[in-house]
Amino acid sequence: MPKNRTEVLVDVCKGCGLCVEFCPKKIIRLSDDINSSGYHPAEIIDQEKCIGCGFCYLICPEPAMVIYREER
Amino acid sequence: MRKVYHRPEGLTDTLMRYCPGCGHGIIHRIIAELLVELNIRERTVGIAPVGCSVFADEYFNCDMIQPAHGRGPAVATGLKRANPDLIVFSYQGDGDLAAIGTAEIVHAAARNENFTVIFVNNAIYGMTGGQLAPTTLPNMVSTTTPRGRNTKLAGNPIRVCELLNSLDGPVYINRTSVHTPQWVLKTKKAIKRGFEIQMAKKGFALIEVLSMCPTNWRMSPIESSRWIEEVMSKYYELKLFRDLTKEEK
Ligand SMILES: Cc1ncc(C[n+]2csc(CCOP(=O)(O)OP(=O)(O)O)c2C)c(N)n1
Ligand code: SF4
Ligand code: SF4
Ligand code: SF4
Repeated sequence: MPKNRTEVLVDVCKGCGLCVEFCPKKIIRLSDDINSSGYHPAEIIDQEKCIGCGFCYLICPEPAMVIYREER
Repeated sequence: MRKVYHRPEGLTDTLMRYCPGCGHGIIHRIIAELLVELNIRERTVGIAPVGCSVFADEYFNCDMIQPAHGRGPAVATGLKRANPDLIVFSYQGDGDLAAIGTAEIVHAAARNENFTVIFVNNAIYGMTGGQLAPTTLPNMVSTTTPRGRNTKLAGNPIRVCELLNSLDGPVYINRTSVHTPQWVLKTKKAIKRGFEIQMAKKGFALIEVLSMCPTNWRMSPIESSRWIEEVMSKYYELKLFRDLTKEEK
């Protein structure tokens, strides 16, 4: 089980790419798929590496990101 | 696992119709988070501007009024004076606040009215198609200055924080930005301070937020973020201009 989890709300995302730019772990990319609004949504490439920092959520204008952190 | 970041209750379920990478969505979300965190959502009335965010009343999960272009501070004045226990915020773009609404904002600030202003500076008229705004930078291209803003012809930009900082009235004036996650956090702190000052009945707070308009800047969202970092924030200095509540102590 990964420590943290990032969920992309695919149909809320507008494929702006800001999360791709600001993810410190560089684990987000824009998918080749097309969502219901015609955008290429963000997808997480390597969930294991997510540190749960929330940068992708903070910079997302929609917001199309949901971040879960492991309970400590 | 615990959900730490998610769409705040201060936003409705209506999806925002802004362009991809537009700063308005980020700024809406910050305000919406604060409505919940400060537990003021049920007694807050927001004032929506005319501009791209004219439909803000559909997005904020609190009471909203949408007055005539630029008149937000006048409506906020009446609302707050008649209902001092409401929390009132005026959300305005640079065309709304610094062009057609210049008189209203200057006098509300001079009178130290007890409400909070969120001033979204994207250096352009977004909604109407990218025309010159009072905040358009020298030499910046807009649809009405296709060869760049010639200050001899089109005049010089207005720096709203600096202008209002010449008045005795305002309690709090800050300029921030939403072009990076770090600045998003700083903006949230600043707007929080603005609301707290109002809740303590201390007076007028204005937070200017530099915001991306990728569509009318003719840039990608990432290029827009870099442009704020490298160009716009050099002209519009990101700093706290005034916090009179600190000086009191
Ligand atoms: C009385 C009046 N004059 C002019 C307009 C046209 N108009 C609509 S939005 C706008 C300016 C919007 O620019 P800004 O406030 O910077 O907001 P943005 O769209 O960039 O968020 C203007 C001039 C109007 N709606 N009403
Ligand atoms: S939470 Fe941080 S590390 Fe995880 S995907 Fe988002 S930006 Fe990347
Ligand atoms: S920042 Fe938000 S809208 Fe932009 S690509 Fe990432 S998830 Fe999608
Ligand atoms: S035109 Fe500019 S300000 Fe308006 S929604 Fe599009 S990006 Fe945002």
